[in-house]
Amino acid sequence: MSADLTIILPEILLSLFALLGLMVAVYTSKDGMASLLLWVTAAVFVILAAWIGFTGEGTHIAFNGMFIDDGFSRFAKVAILLAAASVLVMGEGYMSARGLLRFEYPVLVALSAVGMMMMVSAGDLMALYMGLELQSLALYVVASLRRDSVKSTEAGLKYFVLGALSSGMLLYGASMVYGYTGTTVFSGIVQVAQEDMSLGLLFGLVFLMSGFAFKISAVPFHMWTPDVYEGSPTPVTAFFATAPKLAAMGLFARVMHDAFGGAVADWQQIMALLSVLSMFLGAFAAIGQTNIKRLMAYSSIAHMGYALMGLAAGTVLGVQAMLVYMAIYVTMNVGTFAFILMMEKDGQPVVEISSLNMYSKREPGKALAMLVLLFSMAGVPPMLGFFGKFYVLRAAFDGGLAWLAVAGVIASVIGAYYYLRIVFLMYFGDAAEEGLNGGKSPVLWAFLMGSAVVMVVGIVNMFGVEGAAAMAAATLVN
Amino acid sequence: MIGLEHYLTVAATLFVIGIFGLFLNRKNVIILLMSIELMLLAVNINLVAFSSFLGDLVGQVFTLFVLTVAAAEAAIGLAILVCFFRNRGTIAVEDVNVMKG
Repeated sequence: MSADLTIILPEILLSLFALLGLMVAVYTSKDGMASLLLWVTAAVFVILAAWIGFTGEGTHIAFNGMFIDDGFSRFAKVAILLAAASVLVMGEGYMSARGLLRFEYPVLVALSAVGMMMMVSAGDLMALYMGLELQSLALYVVASLRRDSVKSTEAGLKYFVLGALSSGMLLYGASMVYGYTGTTVFSGIVQVAQEDMSLGLLFGLVFLMSGFAFKISAVPFHMWTPDVYEGSPTPVTAFFATAPKLAAMGLFARVMHDAFGGAVADWQQIMALLSVLSMFLGAFAAIGQTNIKRLMAYSSIAHMGYALMGLAAGTVLGVQAMLVYMAIYVTMNVGTFAFILMMEKDGQPVVEISSLNMYSKREPGKALAMLVLLFSMAGVPPMLGFFGKFYVLRAAFDGGLAWLAVAGVIASVIGAYYYLRIVFLMYFGDAAEEGLNGGKSPVLWAFLMGSAVVMVVGIVNMFGVEGAAAMAAATLVN
Repeated sequence: MIGLEHYLTVAATLFVIGIFGLFLNRKNVIILLMSIELMLLAVNINLVAFSSFLGDLVGQVFTLFVLTVAAAEAAIGLAILVCFFRNRGTIAVEDVNVMKG
């Protein structure tokens, strides 16, 4: 028993920290210490990430298979914690300038981080469900953090209703899987699924997959994404676009390989379909957008399509490609949202793409960094984003899904249009109207530049992420 | 004799009613919350039925977890709905439309 507790020590410590932070803030100065609490939370995330990343080794299983601590979960946890910490720090200035910085925000982010850590380590349908709900319930609340705004509460309401629907479908799938395998532990499910894939079990698998597709906003379960991204306060949107996506993707990979690893042929086609639909819808629907947050929503839908392509391959290389792609995606999004958080005019946040007209004239440094990030998201060769796409395409090709790889290339060419349109506007737009001013935050500037530099320098060796992802993938697929 | 299939049919029917309630209802967001609850309870029937027929307690443990989460979910849903009502002055589903989508 105490050995089990040692294995989940990071999760226990983080939940205790969240509860303690809540208590201390409630009984002292409430929102007065929100800023301090935010920095402490970010520091705790970084410390935990370092602890998990540097000391963890081997595979440990706790609570009779309910909780798995292996290379895959550690890779995902480190990425989740670092992404959450950067987004917290990035949003601090924006939120306190607009009176949004309440002490609940860091506490809720910490609780959702516990949920995400639980998700990627789940070894049982119950642990999976509890982790997913802990994450989702915290996210519904932060989406409507701006209580006096119609848009923010509407975003929260839409996210809640559709998120609850997806949890319901996932749960129905879980009950079918339990009924037809007689167990909720992944290691037990995989044995039954390998031998005979009954109709009921297949039914459960499809329901489970549609629940996951909701959480990662893959087409045809993407309809909440643009509205939630647009309505939520921008720092919260930045959070939605990074850590929860990573966690849901990790959970998807975990369930598909740990619980249904022997039935790859049964889920490969569904996964490929989700992937191809997401890539194309993301590419086409983003073209007409005028709001940069909505554009980022469609961009994230397309990126999830590419990450799913890696999973659809159903191989070790596929999982590795997915992990590399997600790590690059999160880094790109952190930089892009740092840029979006800096977009303001006379102290008011601006989200219109047209306000970026001739931005390079006024802020050549920031415009150049954004150019690098947009090129990277479009997958233009010298940037890191290209290598991410190359990885998943190669995985799909090797996995026997050549048609999917070809579709991916076509979708990426179409998708490049809307990224390059922003670049065009920044460098060759018409300078008639007065555009953005202000937005001089050194923290955000550092994140933007850091992310852009990573996109260029990272092509040398990807800072070792490639090797780490390979080891992580090897522990998951066997 | 009532067998497993009967329980599964009832659960599936309730689940589908819940989904339809979510999509066809145009009147009131409270009805959406009720539909969500209906879906989760349908799953509970499924889990308890399987648990009983398999002679395995895990399903009933799962049910207790689902009940707990459903309660938390309803609380959060109502809280968000109260905030929404304060801003819009209405809880009609067709008025949840400031953003197109």
